[in-house]
Amino acid sequence: MKNVLLICQKELRSYFASPIAYAVMAIFGLIFGWVFYNASRDFVRYTLLQAQGMGQGGPMSVNDQIIRPLLGFAGTIALFMVPMITMRLFAEEKRTGTIELLLTSPVKDIEIILGKWLGALLLYVCVLLMSMLNIALLVLWGKPDLRPVLVGYLGLLLQGGCLLAIGALISTMTRNQIIAGIATFFISLLLWLLSWFTAFDSSVTATVVNYMSIVTHFENFGKGVLDSKDVVFYLSMMFLSLFLTSRSLESLRWRA
Amino acid sequence: MIKVEGLTKRYARTVAVDNISFEVEKGQIVGFLGPNGAGKTTTMRVLTCFLPPTSGKASVAGFDVQENPLEVKRRIGYLPETPPLYPEMEVSEYLRFAGRLKGISSADIAKRIDEVTGRCALGDVRNRLIGKLSKGFRQRVGLAQAMIHNPDVLILDEPTSGLDPKQIIEIRELLRALAGEHTIILSTHILAEVEHTCEHVIIINKGRLAAIDSVANLTNRLRGAEAVAVEVDAAGGQPNPTEVQQRLEQAPGVSRVVMKDSKDGRIRFEVESLQGRHIRAELARAVVNAGWNLNELHAVGLSLEDIFLQLTAAGQGAAEENRKEGEPKQ
Repeated sequence: MKNVLLICQKELRSYFASPIAYAVMAIFGLIFGWVFYNASRDFVRYTLLQAQGMGQGGPMSVNDQIIRPLLGFAGTIALFMVPMITMRLFAEEKRTGTIELLLTSPVKDIEIILGKWLGALLLYVCVLLMSMLNIALLVLWGKPDLRPVLVGYLGLLLQGGCLLAIGALISTMTRNQIIAGIATFFISLLLWLLSWFTAFDSSVTATVVNYMSIVTHFENFGKGVLDSKDVVFYLSMMFLSLFLTSRSLESLRWRA
Repeated sequence: MIKVEGLTKRYARTVAVDNISFEVEKGQIVGFLGPNGAGKTTTMRVLTCFLPPTSGKASVAGFDVQENPLEVKRRIGYLPETPPLYPEMEVSEYLRFAGRLKGISSADIAKRIDEVTGRCALGDVRNRLIGKLSKGFRQRVGLAQAMIHNPDVLILDEPTSGLDPKQIIEIRELLRALAGEHTIILSTHILAEVEHTCEHVIIINKGRLAAIDSVANLTNRLRGAEAVAVEVDAAGGQPNPTEVQQRLEQAPGVSRVVMKDSKDGRIRFEVESLQGRHIRAELARAVVNAGWNLNELHAVGLSLEDIFLQLTAAGQGAAEENRKEGEPKQ
């Protein structure tokens, strides 16, 4: 455990010593802030119209009209951010040869993997914190229901952990960061698009494929519904990816 | 301390190391010598548990590299060919990370960093970014990293590559100072390195073991008899070269005399002694008693360079041939 934290700390330091961490946080903060601004502006306008008796429709809710779409949107941006975070994890160490230091130190492979994954996850949490600034404004003035917000963030965390584990796996397979990044991006995109291909299909294959989509499982979290089925999906995906990462790292020793 | 038995490492198409066996005693400093691509790095990677062997066994301090890798890694400090450095870290920060990774407690780490920065002369750059350091400093940071947990065994892959002559001498001195308490294996393709630093030498070529012995023994083994270069003054055409040759051949203890050249009023011979005989005094006497002028007389030693070329180029048979010819060292 000590080793995991040690490597995690080192990863975080490298992220914050390079522009990656700041770039990812700034881009996410800007995009999320802009979408948040638009959503809140529309919400306020619509509420005013309704108050003047001119709008129709049901009661307005900060949770349904602002927070839910925003968290869903954050989940989508995560698909684009995760490759930027994970591409260097192993690829860079393989290229510069520092992987030899890690693999010849008295540390287990799994400790290296968990440390790196945890470091990436913490950076991802920092990125999510940027969006919490905006949500905090809503809490101050909009009095939303907090439970769905927390469940939504838990969902983002699980989804992120899952994608980061996949990214880590891909990063062990090449010594080229760019290739690792692009491959991770397309695989994340594929996992996301799976739900599109099968949206109007109800055959068994479609159900299975749909189940594999990483976004399908986020929908419930977005609504504030904590379903053990989705949690299990994310946890098992994480476990599988990290396990494959350890296999891939092991095979590196045989090939290197 | 280190024991390698029948070690073989095969990659997809090539055999990098082919059935190598050797042992290294505690406290020895051993040079691992071979041309580029001979399998030095592969053998070292097996010893450091970075690569598993295809077949055969390797153990460090009694722990097998495959069955007990963590115990082996705890006892080994490894400097790979390219020092494994993180350019975005400061030197002391990097050493702290490496030390903690190798199991030094946070209470002891500061003391260890002081110790290794002192030994590797890194005091002035402790707070510099590694990415900004020159090649020589980086090499020394890599060495400090290998020494940080005070390991029993140091495995150094080309520790002096990229250093300037002064730094090379410093590193050699450091390694010699470390030798008593640590067991050191260092690889190199530079022979002078081994002659200056190591007590023992393991020569490998194309993945096979070519020779393993102490540096002194190896030199002796390949030239059991003494070879002496003699130069006699022959200004004005006197004496006659054949005459001199006959005189030298008659000196006690001489096995054969080869005339190397005769020009500008000087005649050069290479004289070989019988096994275990010292003939320099006899030769001097023979020349002087005949009334000739002796210009020069010195023992010709085969350098490791010659031995190495003989061993790696054509194997043992050719080495024997060369010895008989008594090729002089220039």
